[in-house]
Amino acid sequence: MYVAVKGGEAAIDAAHRQMAAARRGDPAVPPLTVAQIRAQMGFAVARVMAEGALYDPDLAALALKQAWGDVAEAIFLLRAYRTTLPRLAASEPVDTAHMVVRRRVSAAFKDLPGGQVLGPTFDYTHRLLDFALAAEGQASEAAPAAPDDGRAPDAPMPRVADILGGEGLIEPETAPADEATAPVPDLTRDPLTYPADRATRLQALARGDEGFLLSLAYSTQRGHGGTHPFAGEIRVGEVAVEIVPEDLGFPVVIGDITVCECQMINQFTGSRTAPPQFTRGYGLTLGYNERKAMAMALVDRALRHRELDEAATAPAQDEEFVLSHADVVEASGFVQHLKLPHYVDFQAELDLVRRLRRAAAEGVSHDAPEGAPEDAPHNTSAETTP
Amino acid sequence: MSADAITFGYLDDQTKRMIRRALLKAVAIPGYQVPFAGREMPLPYGWGTGGIQVTASIIGRDDVLKVIDQGADDTTNAVSIRRFFRRVTGVAATEKTAEATLIQTRHRIPETPLTTGQILIYQVPIPEPLRSMEPRETETRKMHALADYGVMHVKLYEDIARHGRIATAYDYPVRVNGRHVMAPSPIPKFDNPKMHNAPFLQLFGAGREKRLYAIPPYTSVVSLDFEDHPFEVQRWDRVCDLCGAGDSYLDEVVTDDTGGRLFVCSDSEYCTTRRDAGHRGPAADSTAAGALGATLSAVARDRTEDRA
Repeated sequence: MYVAVKGGEAAIDAAHRQMAAARRGDPAVPPLTVAQIRAQMGFAVARVMAEGALYDPDLAALALKQAWGDVAEAIFLLRAYRTTLPRLAASEPVDTAHMVVRRRVSAAFKDLPGGQVLGPTFDYTHRLLDFALAAEGQASEAAPAAPDDGRAPDAPMPRVADILGGEGLIEPETAPADEATAPVPDLTRDPLTYPADRATRLQALARGDEGFLLSLAYSTQRGHGGTHPFAGEIRVGEVAVEIVPEDLGFPVVIGDITVCECQMINQFTGSRTAPPQFTRGYGLTLGYNERKAMAMALVDRALRHRELDEAATAPAQDEEFVLSHADVVEASGFVQHLKLPHYVDFQAELDLVRRLRRAAAEGVSHDAPEGAPEDAPHNTSAETTP
Repeated sequence: MSADAITFGYLDDQTKRMIRRALLKAVAIPGYQVPFAGREMPLPYGWGTGGIQVTASIIGRDDVLKVIDQGADDTTNAVSIRRFFRRVTGVAATEKTAEATLIQTRHRIPETPLTTGQILIYQVPIPEPLRSMEPRETETRKMHALADYGVMHVKLYEDIARHGRIATAYDYPVRVNGRHVMAPSPIPKFDNPKMHNAPFLQLFGAGREKRLYAIPPYTSVVSLDFEDHPFEVQRWDRVCDLCGAGDSYLDEVVTDDTGGRLFVCSDSEYCTTRRDAGHRGPAADSTAAGALGATLSAVARDRTEDRA
């Protein structure tokens, strides 16, 4: 068997052609349209937007189509596209208290101003395969009109954390004095350095891999850095994004985006400087990514051990460990780079192992300067360490 | 996205300026890792995004680019990166080491000595030489600031105690300009001496880790060692089977499943140039070498067409 070792361009072209054909699949089956993906694969689109850090459902749907449904690959496509875009402005903080709410639940209070709004959710569904969906072309049942609950659609829906804040039971959410007037850090324009401030950490978590954050969050529930959380509130809906154009000097709305926000309320027994009160973990995602927002809130809270004077013993509390490994594009790229040729380094290792084995077989003492004949001293400089 | 829609060099001008500023700082402090706001590139992290961003930031229309991986121009990732730059810059590409103004590399320094005015751009996976001993960035930055490199010497010493020799064959740590200990990227230690007092500029880009560093021309680069265990490079008791070179880094090529091996230059351009000049190695006439040579020629033909 002869092993072919070299060859590049032709092989790459052929692989790309095969990939294109495989992605398209059976030509007898009609191709998916981007509009179909956007409308009918909404959770996938939302995840690609969140971790791709770019709010554009059409491009996210296109990325999913191009990526053959591989979510990590679609995220990567969106991130690479993002690089070509200029940063025109930083928005004003979005005000989730004025969200047009589609879903809002609190696990902390049975009822509260604005009420519990279940909205579209998998919660309380029975996970039974619905074979009716397999029938092609069947008209889907029209969504029932929302029952009149007597609530005006624009009734105020104060955030649970704000309600608790009124009593001073929960820590106020104010930026530290040195950060209050500073521009919001931008992880895409300034590299992550440690220790990172909370705003930077939250940015990294918002872009972070859902699976990784989910597992970390889960670990905090199983005793690895426990934070005693309650889901104070989860809300999903549309918020307005405002910017202040330099030539206008006042905010203008540039569009609405869907976000999912989770405020975890955590027990805190107090420290030398703070009275006992509830503390917060915060999660926010572009698009409807509830699982991610909840996991993010738990991990955010775990990472706040320093300011809350808590012992850091668990992986989820280790800022460098969490933030350095949360990005799916970085992780996927580096793990998969092991597919690239490493002939040269492997050759170097091969050479070394063979020499060590030879030395072991010959019973060479480690104390003797062995100087294998193949080795050639090379440093001519005097800088050697005694 | 059509090629026309992309800026020259893919990166927007603000990003290029930011990277050039970081590079200037890197050149000013040889071997020091400068944090930079690396962008997501359309190639994956770990596949050369740092080198690609450096190249994209300094390449000009008159540059001639060479891209190698494992020393070879025809490895798939080198092909892919060269194609990327042809697509987003349209600059001329070459395999001739001497003709290139910019050489982007992964894991090797070309055998043909580089000269003044050429720039060698390394793709770096792990820029922190102390990372395997200390996983925390907060700690390693402190160690660099204090020039506290004890852990590195301890590690090398432990190698000697356990194996009788320093068991690092690639990414062998160097001290640059008598100050910073630096990871040369996973080049074999065979290539380390080529970095010392080199007449050309060496730039290093780590995209995922978001660090840049540099070795300006004529800077001292010394591989760490001990007086009684001086630094050594790999040597072979054989020459390249194809071109007969006795001074190049050899890759071992498994030619069949009965133990057949060829040792050939990892620097494909060096090997081809020597063969074209009439040099012949001991196995140049074997079937396996013939097949290998034929593949290489076919690849070279492909690339000529690509350039046309």
